[in-house]
Amino acid sequence: MTMMKHRDIPRHDMTRRRLLGALGVGFALLPARASAEETIDLRVAGGPGIRPITTAYPQKGRMILQRTSPPWLETPFEVFDQAVFTPNDQHYVSWHWANFPNQIDVDRFVLTVRGHVDRTLSLSAKDILHGFPRVELAAVSQCAGNSRIFMQPRVPGAQWANGSMSNALWTGVRLRDVLDRAGVKPGAIQVRFGGLDEPVISGAPKFMKSLTIDHARDGEVMIAFGMNGEQLDLLNGFPFKLIVPGWCAVYWIKMLNDIEVLDQPDMNYWTTTAYRVPDTPHATVKPDETGFKLVSVTRNVPRSFVTNLRSDDVVRAGQSTLARGVAFGGDCGVARVELSADRGQSWRPTQLGEDKGKYGFRQWQAQFTLSSRADHSLMVRCTNTNGEIQPDFPIWNPAGYMRNTIESTHLVAS
Amino acid sequence: MLRSIPSIMIVSCVVLSSAAGPAAPLDELKSLNLQVPHSNQTFAGPGADVVNNNCLACHSADHVLNQPTLSAKVWDEVVHKMINAYKAPIATKDIAPIVDYLTQSNRK
Repeated sequence: MTMMKHRDIPRHDMTRRRLLGALGVGFALLPARASAEETIDLRVAGGPGIRPITTAYPQKGRMILQRTSPPWLETPFEVFDQAVFTPNDQHYVSWHWANFPNQIDVDRFVLTVRGHVDRTLSLSAKDILHGFPRVELAAVSQCAGNSRIFMQPRVPGAQWANGSMSNALWTGVRLRDVLDRAGVKPGAIQVRFGGLDEPVISGAPKFMKSLTIDHARDGEVMIAFGMNGEQLDLLNGFPFKLIVPGWCAVYWIKMLNDIEVLDQPDMNYWTTTAYRVPDTPHATVKPDETGFKLVSVTRNVPRSFVTNLRSDDVVRAGQSTLARGVAFGGDCGVARVELSADRGQSWRPTQLGEDKGKYGFRQWQAQFTLSSRADHSLMVRCTNTNGEIQPDFPIWNPAGYMRNTIESTHLVAS
Repeated sequence: MLRSIPSIMIVSCVVLSSAAGPAAPLDELKSLNLQVPHSNQTFAGPGADVVNNNCLACHSADHVLNQPTLSAKVWDEVVHKMINAYKAPIATKDIAPIVDYLTQSNRK
C-alpha cells in the first residue's frame, strides 16, 4: 500500500497550541481538547476507515475530520446519545467550495430578494431580525449522502458514517413572509437560493439550489439566524441559513444572501445535474443496473439509531438491558420505533420521548433481554406518520444517497 | 505565527463570553472573524506530481485519501466529473496519469 499518512495532523497540533497559548486564563472554559493523535476507526471494509478527530475548527469541538478543505466535519456518533438537540459545537459541517468568508461584518451584510417580484429587497441583518414575525422549528439537517461509507459496493464521495446529520431548534423568519414583502409576481415558478460561498475555479458552477414557488411559500421553509438559542456558527452558515424542513441539507443554503424568484425553470448545474438518485422505490438499484431515470434528491426518509450501545459491545445474558436512541420520520413525524433482538423475526414497541416537532429527532428507549450466551443483532426501525417504514434490504445507488436501511448492532451476550 | 495570535484571541473571547453567559435573545448578531484551517498535505510517491499540480486547488488531499478502493473506470469518471462539472483545468495528457496514480494509491 502506497497511501500516505495524515501529514496535516501536526498542523492541527500547532493550531491547538496557538489557541491555548493565546487564550491565557480563558482556556479553561474551552471544551476538553483531544490529543492531536486521536483518531476514530469507522470500521468499514474496502478502504481507509481511520479518521483524525479534530478540534481545530472555529466554534467546533471534537469532530471527525472527513476533509480539511472545504470542510467536511462529521458529528461523532456518541453525541447523539447525549441530548435530543445536537450541540452547536458538534453540529456537522459540509461545504462544496472552499471559497467562503471567514470574516462577516453583520452591519454590512445584505440579503437580496430579486427576480420575478414587484420590488427588489435589500435586507439588512436588522431588517430580518426585527422586520418579520419570528418562528421556531426543530429539524434534522441531514446530508443526502449520510452513511455513504456503508454502501456496498463502495462509491466515491464524502465518506460519511452516520454523523452527517444534526438536530437543532432553529429560530428565524418565514421565507413566505419575506417573499410576500417583495411581492411575487404571477407566473413565478421557482425560487433559487445562493450564499456567500463562491467557486474556487473561474467558470465552475456557483452552488445554488431551487424550490418550487409553492414549496417556498408553504410557511415552513425558514430563513434561520438562530440554532439552539445562539446565532449560527460560521461553518453552519452564519449569519442566515435556509431551513427546508424534511428535505435533505443540500437545500439548506448557508450564508444565504441571494433569493431569486424565477419565471423560468432553474437550469443551474446543482439543480439539474448534481444530487441525483434513481427514480425507483427507495432510490435503490443493482450495482450493474443501467437505463434507470434519475431525479433530484429531495426529502428525507425515516431513520432510527441505537445510540447507547455500539457494535461488538458485551451485555449480560438473561439480564434486562436498556437500549435507547434517536429516530426521525424524514419529511413527517415519527409514528413508532420498534426493536428486534431476533434478526427481525419479531418486533416490539419502544417508548418514545417528548415530541419536539415532527421534523426533529425523537428519542426512544426500550428494555431488552438476550437469553442465550451468543452473538445477537439488535435492530431498530422507524415508521413515520405517513406509514413509511425503513427497508430491511440494502440501499444502493451510484452516488450513495438516501441510505435508510434498518440499522443492526452486533451484541455479544455473556 | 506570532502576528496571528491577537486576532485569534479576540475572536475566541467573543465565543467564550457568549458560551459562558445566559442564552442570548438573538436581538442582534455579532460579527465574526475566525480562522478556518487549511491543509498543506500533498501526495507522495511515484507519479504524485501530476496529482499535486492538478487536484489540490479545490480540495485538500484527504478528500482523495479517504476514498474507498475504486476501479480505474470509476476514478476515470471522477476525474472527468472534476473537469466537466467543476471546471478543473486539467490538460488532456494529464488525465491518464492522474487516474493511474489514484487507482494505484487507493488500492488496498
